[in-house]
Amino acid sequence: MAKKRIVTTTINGKETQFLCQPRQTLLEILRDDLALTGSKEGCSNGNCGACTVLCNGKAVNSCLILAVEAEGAEIETIEGVAPVDGLDSLQDAFLQQAALQCGICTPGFIMSAKALLQEQPDPSEEDIRFNLAGNLCRCTGYDKIVRAVQDAAAARQQV
Amino acid sequence: MHDFDYEAPVDLDTALRFFAERNGSARVLAGGTDLIDQIRLGRYAPDLLVDIKKLPELNVLECQEGGLRLGAAVPCSEIYRNETVVSGYEALVDSCRIIGGIQVQNRASVGGNLCNSGPAADSPPSLIVLGARCVIASAQGQREVPAEEFCTGPGENVLQQDEVLIEIRFSSRPPRSGSHYRRFTPRNEMDIAVVGVGASVTLDETGERFVDARIALGAVAPTPLFAREASESLTGQPVNDETIARAAELAQQAARPIDDMRGTKEFRIHVTGVLTRRVLAAAIGRARGEEEGTRIGH
Repeated sequence: MAKKRIVTTTINGKETQFLCQPRQTLLEILRDDLALTGSKEGCSNGNCGACTVLCNGKAVNSCLILAVEAEGAEIETIEGVAPVDGLDSLQDAFLQQAALQCGICTPGFIMSAKALLQEQPDPSEEDIRFNLAGNLCRCTGYDKIVRAVQDAAAARQQV
Repeated sequence: MHDFDYEAPVDLDTALRFFAERNGSARVLAGGTDLIDQIRLGRYAPDLLVDIKKLPELNVLECQEGGLRLGAAVPCSEIYRNETVVSGYEALVDSCRIIGGIQVQNRASVGGNLCNSGPAADSPPSLIVLGARCVIASAQGQREVPAEEFCTGPGENVLQQDEVLIEIRFSSRPPRSGSHYRRFTPRNEMDIAVVGVGASVTLDETGERFVDARIALGAVAPTPLFAREASESLTGQPVNDETIARAAELAQQAARPIDDMRGTKEFRIHVTGVLTRRVLAAAIGRARGEEEGTRIGH
């Protein structure tokens, strides 16, 4: 078996070291070793986006990144989104708009939406739909998710 | 997943040495969006992955007097985020915006898209029409291959076991040039092309005559195709419906698609004609500096 590696990253603002085999994905390490189970495994091939995390500020599928590739990277997962005293405006908007049913896709959608709003604070509906195309939801039909992201964008503009 | 070792060298010589020594059991890891899935599915069982993302030569993205240099590891989103660097290479940007979703575009490189050599890949038609040259390195030295000669079959290309694609080079764009890539898919995003068409045109000073044109097709043959006869039919011809329709017919004749779950042979040939006309029209509009009528992915 290939030699295990020690990888040093920053996860949700905290320097984190873990031991991994080269063949383990970032998603496996997050979920199985670091107990960060908010990121979900859906398709394991980059279609569904349920495993979306931010890597150096950019949305990526953690099922298609090897954990060893995260050396030196800044990773943000759904567990790092909420401030200590409540919810992020995106989380709030998803609740207000009932933008989820089963909830499996929600962490991925929120991470993708977070990356979008960081880059485009006032996206059009088309921008939102285009940027969330890498996240699949089989419950909501997407309209409520789009409205939630629009609400979150508006709420962030008011702050 | 199959067990493999991992190296992330920071200089090209070290990287090339791995491939020289491993007799085909090492594979290049760029964005990994195809490779990791393929290893998981058992299509490849490498002993070693060589991560090339730390090699400076493979991260270059710059426009100089001689043209554009695109390192083989540069992710798609870096390309369209550097609009000024890639201005003039519109078809390349069109491709990069529709390869997978944002999560894939943030990792996947054009070099990887080319080396994966899928017949329906979205970047090769753009590389072909923009006259790209693939710079290939091994421990023995370097060579260049035109983009239209790179792929040799589904998932196959000219790379030898000890070779790595390091850079894609484009000549500078002549004035009054425009290019476009578009595909037909049931869904606008996150889909695989039923047919993809790229075109690049250069017009004369009046904007009414073709000085040069290149048309390339995806998903209608075992490899991306340069539609040579269709391209050459436009040289020196006036820009009008007849010359464009003639080029589209020749593009249809070059297509040799198969029936599969994404479309029948007959449908693909039909769509090749429709897309060739539309893509040429958009490339002409861009060459004339007209306002954009197309939206991303449409």
